[in-house]
Formats: sequence, structure tokens, C-alpha cells
Amino acid sequence: MNDLTLMSKNLWRKPVRTILLIVSITIAFLILTLMLSFNHALNNVNTLPTRMVTLSKINFTESLPIAHYDRIARTEGVAVATHMNWFGGYYQEMPRGFLPVFAIDPETYFQVYAEDLQIPAAQRDAFFNERTAMLAAAPVAERFGWRVGQRVPLRSNIFTNATTGADTWEFTLVGTIPTPAGSSQTGSVLIHYDYYNETVTFGRDRIGWVPFLTTSAQVNDRVANAIDQRFANSQDETSTQDEATFNKSFAAQLGNIGLVITLVVGAAFVAILLIVGTTMALAVRERTKEVGVMKTLGFSSDRVLRMVLGESLLLSFLGAAFGVAAGAGLLSVLAAGGGGGPQISFAPIVTLWAALIAMALGLVTGLPPALQAYRMRIVDAFARR
Amino acid sequence: MTDLIRLTDVEKSYTRGKEKIAIFDKLTMRIEQGDFVAIMGPSGSGKTTLLNLLGGTDRPDKGSIEFDGKNIEKLSEGKLTAWRSANVGFIFQFYNLMPILTAAQNVELPLLLTRLSPKQRRENVATALKIVGLEDRAKHRPRELSGGQQQRVAIARAIVSDPKLLLADEPTGDLDRTTADEILSTLQTLNRELGKTIIMVTHDAEAAKFAKRTLHLDKGRFDERELAA
Repeated sequence: MNDLTLMSKNLWRKPVRTILLIVSITIAFLILTLMLSFNHALNNVNTLPTRMVTLSKINFTESLPIAHYDRIARTEGVAVATHMNWFGGYYQEMPRGFLPVFAIDPETYFQVYAEDLQIPAAQRDAFFNERTAMLAAAPVAERFGWRVGQRVPLRSNIFTNATTGADTWEFTLVGTIPTPAGSSQTGSVLIHYDYYNETVTFGRDRIGWVPFLTTSAQVNDRVANAIDQRFANSQDETSTQDEATFNKSFAAQLGNIGLVITLVVGAAFVAILLIVGTTMALAVRERTKEVGVMKTLGFSSDRVLRMVLGESLLLSFLGAAFGVAAGAGLLSVLAAGGGGGPQISFAPIVTLWAALIAMALGLVTGLPPALQAYRMRIVDAFARR
Repeated sequence: MTDLIRLTDVEKSYTRGKEKIAIFDKLTMRIEQGDFVAIMGPSGSGKTTLLNLLGGTDRPDKGSIEFDGKNIEKLSEGKLTAWRSANVGFIFQFYNLMPILTAAQNVELPLLLTRLSPKQRRENVATALKIVGLEDRAKHRPRELSGGQQQRVAIARAIVSDPKLLLADEPTGDLDRTTADEILSTLQTLNRELGKTIIMVTHDAEAAKFAKRTLHLDKGRFDERELAA
């Protein structure tokens, strides 16, 4: 037997109470894990310092004329540019089949995002040469059971196919894109801009945004100013940003993620703090006489304080461990389900945050009862009824 | 015999609200090593306060308390705690065992404060439980034991670290006569065979007969003739 055994036995003195406390802490840490992993996924897409994006000054849902692309590509300091359109795609039904389908210019797109498009040459060539070809992120193909060579009907919730009058386009899956953590292609489905542009009933010769590479990160500001000034006072003014800023503003369209996370997690932890703090204080008060006995036997006040704090930390870390494990498990189940949007996987950094928060939670909830036990005089402990 | 404990001009009072209640006024007494003293007296006479002072769980307002020739009343809180764990074993009326621990673990508690190895601790615990006749109840929790057995575990806990002094506060107050006599016999054995000095507070005249001598305390004063005897 040692102090840890004593702490553990004290913790499990009332198993139902302890289990309920652990469950409430677990839920708080589950929320924390999901929220932080979500935030991490949004903020940790691969970026290149020389990769920039030009989009409408209004916001990214406003399109630009295709002529902008040529002018941007010819701007001094731009090494290579490409363009992308949001297709509003889904497979079979919404929202389960939602997919981020982008209509792109294949050759230039493969130059601008070369590091994330490491696919076999045969698949790449097949995509380049077939106008109705489609590439899909590997997890997306796996989720829907698509095989290379298969004809896949994709639907759009924005556009109508001028050829058929329906909202469906047929594509041939010619390859899959591996998406390691941080890949910019996570969840993506790529189709040809030319095919898209010829078959939509409106919005022809318009593009969504223009990603491009500069010759050097040092010329980024100059290039951005040159592009935006060129289109200033035109019908389609632009805003040019580096890729990291663009990704953040894209995420900001979903709301102030940081604030939402802080509020939700904060509310959960304040509630847990009150519950655990009150229960710990009650638990130590119930043991007043035992604290007196331990001190009588020769346990120092410091040691009693450490044991009560340790008990609170043990409770907090148990709940945190279960919460993080449950969060990681849930995220892996969701990841296995695939789907569009950024792939949210368990971010290891969550473990560090969870440990720090568990430590703080344990100390804050354990300190008042620990101090109470520390200050308790033996005579008073035995006198209290 | 040499004195184990010597109290000299000890004063102790408590404050209840605005009222100051004097418990001892210049109390002087001595207890020899190997003695078995029963302290009797009416409620409020200061019996438990005296045990608290002797055991170092409370401090006198004035006066000195010597244990084995060493003053303990001015020891720091930490040193007093260490002194207590090394020299005094406590036996309470209501046993005060930890309900979450087995009998053996309860007995082992004071040994967590020593440098003994786990193996040595287990051996000492087994010896202590054997002395009180409970070696076959080592893995039982307090709620699985009778009152008498619980008090025996408490006695084993009190003697496991081999202290010179045992302080017992109404050790049989919660037990029937037969069980009480068994407990008192055990204390008597500890005194006679292991040489433990025992100071026992009791209301029970029958229990006091097991001690070598009885001191009567009333309003914070001992009977002078009994003290001198």
C-alpha cells in the first residue's frame, strides 16, 4: 500500500458518485477533443509561402470573369496560375452525399498544387486527356465504393446541366488522390472546367477564384497590390491573399470558430468545475474524522493536502483520459465514414491541451478541500459531528 | 522506574464564544515507564484534553510536557507529528478505522510513515494482527468485523510501529462486558509482556480494575493522594 493506493481507494469510496463525476468530466473532454481537432483540421492544411489566391473583393461566393485569370497569370512575379469553381456537388442525396467538387483547369492546377497531387502518371494523363474525367480523394472514393474506371453521376445543388436539363453530370473516375494529414486535397473531387463551363446553364466564363504561385515569397505583397490595383474600380474588384490567410477567411465563413470553441468548451468546464468542486468539498467534509485520524497517526498536514489534491487530480485525469480516448475513437469512426470537407482526425496536440486543462481542473477543484484538510486541527476534527 | 511522562504546571483553557473555560490550572503529574494508568472522572473534567496534550494532538497554554526527558510542547508542527508517529499509539472509543481499507491495510497505515520496505511492513502487520488474535481477519473490511474485532484492529494499528506509549480513550465504551474484558486483557498483556506504557481514559470502574492504578480527575485536578501513591 502507498499514498496512491489510499487516494484511489478514497476516490472509489462511493463508486456511483465517482462514476457520475468521471462521466461528466469525460463529456467535457470529449467536447474539447472534437472542437480542438476540428479547429486543428481547419488551420493545418498544407500551405506554401509562395501560393496565393485572388478572389472577389465581396467574398469567395462571388465569381470573377475568366479574363481576370489571364491577366493575373501574366502579372509580373506570378510563376503559374490556375482557377477553380465551386460546383455545389453531391452524390445521390444531400446532406449525406455532400462533396466539395471543384471545376479546375487540370494542367495548371497540377502545377500549383503539385506537392499534394502525387498520383500515378497514367491516372494523371487519363485525367488530362478525358474531358468527363474525374479525380477523387481516396477516402471519398472508398466511402462511396467507387472504383477507377467507374461512371459516377454527380449532382449539383447550384447548376443545371444544359445538355440534359437535369442537375446531374456523369463523370468517369480515372484515379484517386492520396490525402495524408494536412493535404489540401482532403475530401476533394476534381472535374474539368471546360466540360463544366460548356454544360452549365448560367455562370459561363466565370471563375470562382484564382490560386497561383509567385516566383518568391518576397514578392507576394507587390504581386497582391499589382493584381488588386489592376482591377480596382472595375465591376469585379479583387482581393489577393496568401494561402494561409485565404484558408482562415474561408474557415471564418463558418463563423468565429475560435470564439465558438472557447464559449462551448468554457461553458462545459465551468459547469464541471462547479460540480466537481462541490462534490470534492463534500467528500472531504464527510471524511473530517478520518483526516483527524490520519493526522493523529502522524500524517503531516502537507501529506494530507497532497493526498486530497492527488485524489482530485486522479479524478480529473481519469475523466480527461476517457474523454480524449472517446473523442479520438469518435473521430476515427467519422473519418472511416469519409465524406467531404476537411478531414477531421484526432490532433495529437489535443493530448497536451487536455493534460494541461485536466491539471488545472484537478488543482482548482481540489485546492479548497485540500486546504480545508490541511488546516484542520485534530481536536476540531474529532469534535465535529 | 524512570519517568516516561512529566507534566509540570500545565495550563489549558478553551474559548467558547466570549467565554474562556479553564480546563487545567498548573497541572503537574508524572507517569513511569511501563505503567498502566486508568483515568476516571465525570464528563468535562478534562480527561480527553489530557490525552490530547499527552499525545501531542493539542498544546498547553503554559507549562511543560516532557516525554522520555525531552520537551514536546514547543516542537514545531512537523516535528511534533513525527514524534507522535514514532512514540504514541492511539486507541479510540469508536475505533476510527478507515472503512475503505482492509484490517491489514488499516494496521499498515502508520507504517507508511516509516522507511520500512513493503515486505517488512507486511511482516510487522502480520505480527501486530497475531498479537491481537486477528491474523485470520487480515483481509476483512471493518464493516465485516464485530465491534470487538474492530477495536482489536485499532489496537494492532496502535502497536504496529512499536510506540512506547499507548493512549486509549474509552476503548471499551462501545462494547459489551465480555468483549470489553477481552480488549482490556489484551491491553494488560501489552503492558505486562511488551512493557507498553498505557494511559486509558474510562468511565467504567470495571475497566479501570485492569490498570495498575487509577487516577481520578475532577475539574482539572487529580486526587493528590492518588498522584503521590
